[in-house]
Amino acid sequence: MASLIACPHCGRRPKEEFTVKGAALARPEPQAGADAWFDHVYLRDNPRGPYQEFWHHTSGCRRWLVVTRDTATHEVEEARDAALWNRETAR
Amino acid sequence: MTSYRLSQGGLIDRARPLSFSFDGKPMSGFAGDSLASALLANGQRLMGRSFKYHRPRGVLTAGAAEPNALMTIGKGGRTEPNTRATLQELYDGLTARSQNRWPSLDFDIGALNGLLSPFLSAGFYYKTFMWPAAFWEKLYEPFIRKAAGLGEAAKESDPDSFEKCWAHCDLLVIGAGATGLAAALTAGRAGARVILVDEQAELGGSLLSETATIGGVPAAQFAREATAELEALPNVRTLARTTAFGRYDGNVFGAVERVQKHVATPQVGRPVERLWRIVAGRALLATGAEERPLVFGGNDIPGVMMAGAARSYLNRTAVAPARQMAIFTTNDSGYALARDLEACGVALTAIIDSRPEGAAPGLYKGQARILTDALVRDAHGGKSLSAITIARQGRTETLRLDGLAVSGGFSPVIHLACHRGDKPVWSDAQGAFLAEDRKGLALAGAAAGLSGLAACYEAGARKAVALLDQLGIAATAGSVPTVEGDIVAPATKPLWSIPGIRGKAFIDFQNDVHRADLALAVREGYAHVELAKRYTTNGMATDQGKLSNVNAIGLLAEARGVSPAEVGTTTFRPFYTPVSFGALAGSSHGKHFQPVRQSPLHGWAKKNGARFVETGLWYRSAWFPRTGETTWRESVDREVRTVREAAGLCDVSMLGKIEITGKDAALFLDRVYCNGFANLPVGKARYGLMLREDGFIYDDGTTSRLAEDRFFMTTTTAYAAGVLNHLEFCAQALWPELDVRLASVTDQWAQMAIAGPLARTILQEIVDEDISNEAFPFLGARAVSLFNGALKGRLFRISFSGELAYELAVPAGYGESVADALMEIGKPKGLCAYGVEALSVLRIEKGHVTHNEINGTVVPADLGFGRMVSAKKADFIGKHMLAREGLTAGNRHQLVGVVPLDPAASFRTGAHILAKGAAATLENSLGHVSSSCYSPHVGSTIGLALVRAGSSRHGEEVMIWNGLRGEYTPGRLCDPVFIDPENAKLKI
Amino acid sequence: MRYSALSILKNGLFGNKGWKPAWRTPAPKPHYDVVIVGGGGHGLATAYYLAKEFGITNVAVVEKGYVGSGNVGRNTTIIRSNYLLQGNNPFYELSMKLWEGLEQDFNFNAMVSQRGVLNLYHSDAQRDAYTRRGNAMRLHGVDADLLDREAVRAILPFLDFDNARFPIQGGLLQKRGGTVRHDAVAWGYARGADLRGVDILQNCEVTGIRQSQGRVLGVETTRGFIGCNKLALAAAGNSSRVAEMAGLKLPMESHVLQAFVSEGLKPFIDGVVTFGAGHFYVSQSDKGGLVFGGDIDGYNSYAQRGNLATVEHVAEAGKAMIPALSRIRVLRSWGGVMDMSMDGSPIIDRTPIDNLYLNAGWCYGGFKATPASGFCFAHLIARDLPQTTASAFRLDRFERGYLLDEKGQGAQPNLH
Repeated sequence: MASLIACPHCGRRPKEEFTVKGAALARPEPQAGADAWFDHVYLRDNPRGPYQEFWHHTSGCRRWLVVTRDTATHEVEEARDAALWNRETAR
Repeated sequence: MTSYRLSQGGLIDRARPLSFSFDGKPMSGFAGDSLASALLANGQRLMGRSFKYHRPRGVLTAGAAEPNALMTIGKGGRTEPNTRATLQELYDGLTARSQNRWPSLDFDIGALNGLLSPFLSAGFYYKTFMWPAAFWEKLYEPFIRKAAGLGEAAKESDPDSFEKCWAHCDLLVIGAGATGLAAALTAGRAGARVILVDEQAELGGSLLSETATIGGVPAAQFAREATAELEALPNVRTLARTTAFGRYDGNVFGAVERVQKHVATPQVGRPVERLWRIVAGRALLATGAEERPLVFGGNDIPGVMMAGAARSYLNRTAVAPARQMAIFTTNDSGYALARDLEACGVALTAIIDSRPEGAAPGLYKGQARILTDALVRDAHGGKSLSAITIARQGRTETLRLDGLAVSGGFSPVIHLACHRGDKPVWSDAQGAFLAEDRKGLALAGAAAGLSGLAACYEAGARKAVALLDQLGIAATAGSVPTVEGDIVAPATKPLWSIPGIRGKAFIDFQNDVHRADLALAVREGYAHVELAKRYTTNGMATDQGKLSNVNAIGLLAEARGVSPAEVGTTTFRPFYTPVSFGALAGSSHGKHFQPVRQSPLHGWAKKNGARFVETGLWYRSAWFPRTGETTWRESVDREVRTVREAAGLCDVSMLGKIEITGKDAALFLDRVYCNGFANLPVGKARYGLMLREDGFIYDDGTTSRLAEDRFFMTTTTAYAAGVLNHLEFCAQALWPELDVRLASVTDQWAQMAIAGPLARTILQEIVDEDISNEAFPFLGARAVSLFNGALKGRLFRISFSGELAYELAVPAGYGESVADALMEIGKPKGLCAYGVEALSVLRIEKGHVTHNEINGTVVPADLGFGRMVSAKKADFIGKHMLAREGLTAGNRHQLVGVVPLDPAASFRTGAHILAKGAAATLENSLGHVSSSCYSPHVGSTIGLALVRAGSSRHGEEVMIWNGLRGEYTPGRLCDPVFIDPENAKLKI
Repeated sequence: MRYSALSILKNGLFGNKGWKPAWRTPAPKPHYDVVIVGGGGHGLATAYYLAKEFGITNVAVVEKGYVGSGNVGRNTTIIRSNYLLQGNNPFYELSMKLWEGLEQDFNFNAMVSQRGVLNLYHSDAQRDAYTRRGNAMRLHGVDADLLDREAVRAILPFLDFDNARFPIQGGLLQKRGGTVRHDAVAWGYARGADLRGVDILQNCEVTGIRQSQGRVLGVETTRGFIGCNKLALAAAGNSSRVAEMAGLKLPMESHVLQAFVSEGLKPFIDGVVTFGAGHFYVSQSDKGGLVFGGDIDGYNSYAQRGNLATVEHVAEAGKAMIPALSRIRVLRSWGGVMDMSMDGSPIIDRTPIDNLYLNAGWCYGGFKATPASGFCFAHLIARDLPQTTASAFRLDRFERGYLLDEKGQGAQPNLH
């Protein structure tokens, strides 16, 4: 994991300021059905390579970010605000 | 006995003599000495014992790779075992003790192991000590453990301080020899932000041990002038005594600065060590190269030393490594030592050069006898070298001498380049493993396989220019100063195995791994480099294989008949050299391990005599003993009774408090709680259950609606931070379209519970508005005016105790005064302060749950909250997983009350519940007691328990089983509400 | 060749030239009854017990690297059976019993050393949680003792009792817990399996799983196709990637856990101690190094290396627990990749594919489970029935809602 994360709001900050939650997955629609919800809550692609996950700038601007990161090299490719991600990607 | 000290030369300060002791023996040295050089100067060759065979050992290197000369220095809490004498600067009053010997370094019983060595081959312990089974722990292992380890850890606390910091730079240069100085000068002159680190006390690296001249001045003087120039540049930071120990993601380097490790008594107020996290735009490894030992018999006898180390002792600290020397080399670098020895007047018997062609013509003009195409087969001696046997063209010859310097070529120090998983590459041309330049990082000079000061200087400058260019910073390399008197030693073919050796030929000196061990590993199928390492322990000593790994790889390659490239290396991992816990921990230890949070009412609690308890980061008031009360139970029982009969005041400020605003705030709450909030009227509070997306309860609390678009949420103390993170996640990542704002106001409000039948009477005296039951009924929530308009606060009519109760919130700064005023007003009515212990009793009596019950594995129905879960709402967090078979099964653990059959009997939290008469097995465990206390109201111990199908078992007799404490209490399950089940008290 | 004191004497007298390879290096056969993916502790133990207990010897273990190159060779060597839940505790106790007879069983000294595991508690809530746990252990016949502060001080006087931010109140001790020389476990099982006819195929990476009509035919590997009647996955750390070759998506993430060793010191810590006020646990090896660790780094990773922030956290907790560690130097850090499952407990089960078996999701608890995991997985493969103690480790428990969540942290792997 990068020792620093480039927060879109605060600039490069030490990783210790952030909290990672896990895979950045769009929440299913309420009526999506049991299989979709089970998949969402419990199953993970868990790839070796690029991966999108939620990080929270807990000790900073307190924004949730979607960080694109390589799980094999730990290189961070991108960090964007989760609201932006939600509007553009998640639906 | 200072006869090994040369009468002149070196960088030591002869005007500053220093006294020190070794194993109690007083000795003296000079400022500028390392502990090792001072010991050598005093004629102390025997410096340690090896790990397994306890062989006598002397110093082998003059730097970080030292495997032998490890000693314990310092006293009391400053005791440091396993200190490398080569890196420890001498200071006045230093006390050093040898290790791993008994009864003494000179006479060590453990050396008998050497006689048994045929039976102590690599991995022998995997094949025996198995019978009888019980003997391993009782006999064999205690014996092994007695012999294990090197130095002894202190038992006292460290009196000194440590600190940590961050630094950022354009170019980090690691190593301040010719290469590093050139790079730093180039980058510094170009205005780049430069950090230059070096592990030695003084910048200069090998220049400090060099007799060549650079730019017409001695190399050491050149280094000092360059250092002075760098230190004058405002954009350059130089850090001597600083070891870069690891490279981490994002081109962040860990480094540790030994700020006060060279003084007897560190100054207070300054750290002894400082941890640097250096964020490098680009980094240049100018880390030099490690000279390789040669694997001949007896290559570990004191008096055998690396040639470069011998040069360093000779030139830098003016110490003769021996009286009668020979040099065994595979390359030209040995001749530099030959020249310097003769210049210093140390007798040199012979140079044994493994190459048939010997050195380049004209390279060496000295007097020593040169034997080409020759090998040292064996060294002889016990605690000190006495002779060597040379094999040459089928014949052997023995030379009597007391010092042998060895050079088997050079291994570039590439560790930091490989810490992020990059594999080194074997170079046949260099006879070494090299690292490739990577994004953000390059290697230069000897670290990249170069030899010669001029070449290194040129490369350092050139690579700095290239790295800065990547950052858009223009720099010029400038000209290379003229170097004279340098012996350049091009790489030669490595010499792995020497035929015909008789004695043990060591590869890993400290762990006593010798050639036969590696051969055995190959024979037994542990030939993979990682398996060989793990089976023989080669490379696992405190030097982490700096001297041994490449030789082991070469020998494995020979044994397997492949190239070293195919064998490959083991994994390079931090730390380059070992780093203290102290440096890594910084100031976080003892009372400062974690920060302290104190409630705004802490002062109030303190003056009311509170006993405090750590709760997360908080110190909470636990109970308030009064004169005459001898046990905590007495105080708590009295507080509970007072609340039930009159009134009490409790600090609840540490509950999480979150202000939620915006036009969609109600909708938002509807989605994050499983019960409905959209219809909550302004001026009302409601208990809410927050689920995780997997359907289990996450947290609970009350949320009050203060205006159409403004809510005030409370969370449990433990989950305050987590709930805010979660809400922010929901608002930002899940539903950014909602107009909702969240702010933590935990620290803004002092909040106090005033509970008991007299609570209203007392409160009304400070609240300006009418708070009668009619005007302000149960679950009312509103802003109030206090003290005739002097202060605004918020009042919530909520109850955790089951009594008529309020929670009053006032701005934090007023908290203590308001609490004081209430205590004063309430005094005639019997108001007492109560703490979390009494609070806990009150809530257990009322059957209220906390995280004892909400343990992450319960769903609302388990706690009797099934009907709170909204069936109407289309969506809320947790809704979609709740219907799973396992979450709705009838035999789930459900909340019940539990009482002892005999009121005089008691039980404890954590006891298990067994059906009456059931055998005590885990299968028969129905659940456990999640909370318990003595209830003054019931007159016995009571508990809450999570019991399989518990809600249908009220009245059932059970065994409350606590085998851990030998307590077995017959009990009965019951309704979890022990007081006022109709909630009549809340509504009066 | 049987290992014994006598064999050491005999070989020692003849220059140790007579030792034979600990296991063969066979060429892959075209077909096996069972192919096990993963030559780590669990895979090798599975092969060993398949051969020894269930008579199935036509078995191959395929390993992409060398024997024991995964987590069995990079953990902190702790064994214990101090589990809380009914679905877990009996399994780990079976494992402990197997540890107790292991060395004689496979004729390899893995240095099983039951010097105790002590979990410190610092609050009433932690004490109560350990009481519940200790009682669960006692109910299953597992040894457990609740120590008060003074009893802890008597064993470990150098812990911070006097100046701590979170004072030590006591601890839960399992005397039968301890440590085992981790590499030797892999080697002992490998040698034992090999002796019974199992082919251990190193440098043999699985690149695909060949299926037809809902059944596995075999594995594509870097050493060619290897057919099998049954395929068993034991590739913890990489379970998701291997399962994906069969079209399965698993309830887990891969995370990195760091571990550390200090320079060698004269032994002063006898058993294993875990800190209750921070992430730190430590034991001291028979070589004298303090072997210690803390929490996972927290982010998905396949990199087998972690970051400095975690290193610092671990050192902070270490010095808070044992102030005298201050001047002790940390020698090396390393990282292992964990299968972090969605409830913190493992999976030993059949899969929706008829002859594909899964052993995965060990989080950071896989090492201690090695013998029971191998035994129970072998049982499942041989009999198509779960071994009793492993019957809760079902793959469908997440979907059905029968979670085995010791910590109660829910479906977020990095919290387990």
